[in-house]
Amino acid sequence: MSGPRLQRVADQDRRLIEITVDGWAMSAMEGDTLLVAILAQRSYLREASGEPQGEMPAAGFCLMGACQDCWVWHEDGRRVRACTTYAEPGMRIRTTWPDHLLAS
Amino acid sequence: MAGSPARILIIGAGPAGLRAAEMLAEAGCSPILIDEAPRVGGQIYRQPPRVPGFTRTASELYGAAADRARDLFVTFDRIRQRIDYRPSSLVYDLIDNRAIVASEGKSEEIAFDAMILATGAMDRIIPAPGWTLPGVYTLGAAQIALKHQGCAIGKRIAFVGGGPLLLLAAHQYAKAGAVPAAIVLPSRFESLAAAGLRLLPMPRELSSGLLWLLDLKRRGVPVLFGHRLVKVKGAESVTGIIAERAGRQRVIACDAVALGYGLRSETQLADLAGIRFVFDAERRQWLPETDPLGRAAGRKDIYLAGDGAGILGADAAEARGRLAAHALMTDLGIAHERYRPKPDKTAVACAERLQAAMRAAFDPPADLVTAIPDETILCRCERILAGELRALAGLLGAREVNRAKSFSRIGMGRCQGRLCGHAAAEILAGKLGISLDSVGRLRGQPPIKPVIVSTVAERKA
Ligand SMILES: Cc1cc2nc3c(=O)[nH]c(=O)nc-3n(C[C@H](O)[C@@H](O)[C@H](O)COP(=O)(O)OP(=O)(O)OC[C@H]3O[C@@H](n4cnc5c(N)ncnc54)[C@H](O)[C@@H]3O)c2cc1C
Ligand code: FES
Repeated sequence: MSGPRLQRVADQDRRLIEITVDGWAMSAMEGDTLLVAILAQRSYLREASGEPQGEMPAAGFCLMGACQDCWVWHEDGRRVRACTTYAEPGMRIRTTWPDHLLAS
Repeated sequence: MAGSPARILIIGAGPAGLRAAEMLAEAGCSPILIDEAPRVGGQIYRQPPRVPGFTRTASELYGAAADRARDLFVTFDRIRQRIDYRPSSLVYDLIDNRAIVASEGKSEEIAFDAMILATGAMDRIIPAPGWTLPGVYTLGAAQIALKHQGCAIGKRIAFVGGGPLLLLAAHQYAKAGAVPAAIVLPSRFESLAAAGLRLLPMPRELSSGLLWLLDLKRRGVPVLFGHRLVKVKGAESVTGIIAERAGRQRVIACDAVALGYGLRSETQLADLAGIRFVFDAERRQWLPETDPLGRAAGRKDIYLAGDGAGILGADAAEARGRLAAHALMTDLGIAHERYRPKPDKTAVACAERLQAAMRAAFDPPADLVTAIPDETILCRCERILAGELRALAGLLGAREVNRAKSFSRIGMGRCQGRLCGHAAAEILAGKLGISLDSVGRLRGQPPIKPVIVSTVAERKA
């Protein structure tokens, strides 16, 4: 599957804001959670890692902060739950652990 | 107004917590009202963010329950200045008479003299092969996406499971233009009809249920009674589901699944508080024990209200919020003459009858869980298969969920068994041929939801 997973069906007349996800500029609507902002444009929060016991692809499950399926990272390494964190203008998000932090 | 210097904490700003806060505020107390959500309303009356462009009215958001929603919000606005409301704050641990609260990356301890737990519920999930594929969401998630964000969880959505909320959510989706691909219910039409007869004295509930069903039928949505979910199809994302009835399989193409077999009380905080639990054979869940007003067994300073103390629905949650506040004020000697508990007690009794009928109509057959194939992922956090748990059953005395947990890591993942705990217990009981209550229950552990490490480190002692 590619393309948006979530479909906007109401309240679409909102201010657009810009965020960066995995290095790509992405526009979101003010009031979107990170999960909605990302999945209104693509299919996954995290892609499958490929290895049999590696990361499973993820797109959230409960949307209420209970299942912990939706963790993503700020580029500075802070971890946030995508379903309970709102997108804010200029946010820079990684859906995998930020590479540059691996070295440190 | 008399009031009281006692420090009263209410956890949860849904219908139960809000009504409790109202009673206390009216009596001159100023309780601390804590909720991890950014706005009040709880699950049923969850509000969109306070941002321009969210323009749906209460009627559009809450349908037939709009008046109740409006009344709650007006009540909250009225008492707002008299209480200490803390939104976006998660209570992640309870130590003696202190609640440990995380908010904006900081952690704080709040001591209390008395506390009302009104923590609500979440979906009951029964795993099936493929349920961890992206595109499968809880039924609650489907509702939250729509109410809170104006989004549908996919283009063609199959609603699978049971309970009145399944029909309601499917109906809400259809109205929003996301007409469901199918409704799949393990319960048989006959049990629904029989429950309908029991609801004749409750015409409002009966007619709304019928209305949702008829509306779905009118829109051409297949409603498959007596069908079990065999698997969710797809390699990296949902492409369809297979449903089965009496050996005959049906494939339904879809790109999303809303999954939920009714609700289960969120009881982790009650557990940490050391409240005594009893096994509710009807709901097949361990629940905190309370007296009819909500006084917790084993803790004199704690009260329970709403769906967190057993599922009775939103209207009863309001009544139970008031009853718990009433009990608390009586115990602390806070004067509140005007309140008469009788109508609320009647509302609760009425909800008990309604819920009993709903369970008869929608409860999945017991073997739906026990027959989950071995190769199905049971615990999505730790990726443990149903077969791995079965293999452990009886081994090394893993006859009790907490033992099985330490052997298999089941329920030790990030969600703390919220999603798999109940299925794990049913599977253990089924495999060992013992009753569900003799398997025991998964104990809660702090933090009840993961908190960022820096948050814990910054905790003020
Ligand atoms: C997703 C979802 C959608 C629902 N939609 C409907 C519906 O449309 N119609 C209907 O009739 N019923 C619905 N229900 C059923 C619901 O349980 C209602 O009966 C009603 O919301 C119960 O009210 P309550 O006050 O007991 O709990 P809730 O409304 O669930 O409120 C509990 C509150 O406590 C907060 N909370 C819980 N734990 C903590 C903690 N540790 N720290 C801080 N805050 C905490 C939560 O954020 C929540 O706001 C829904 C349930 C769910 C799970
Ligand atoms: S989707 Fe479950 S915690 Fe975010």
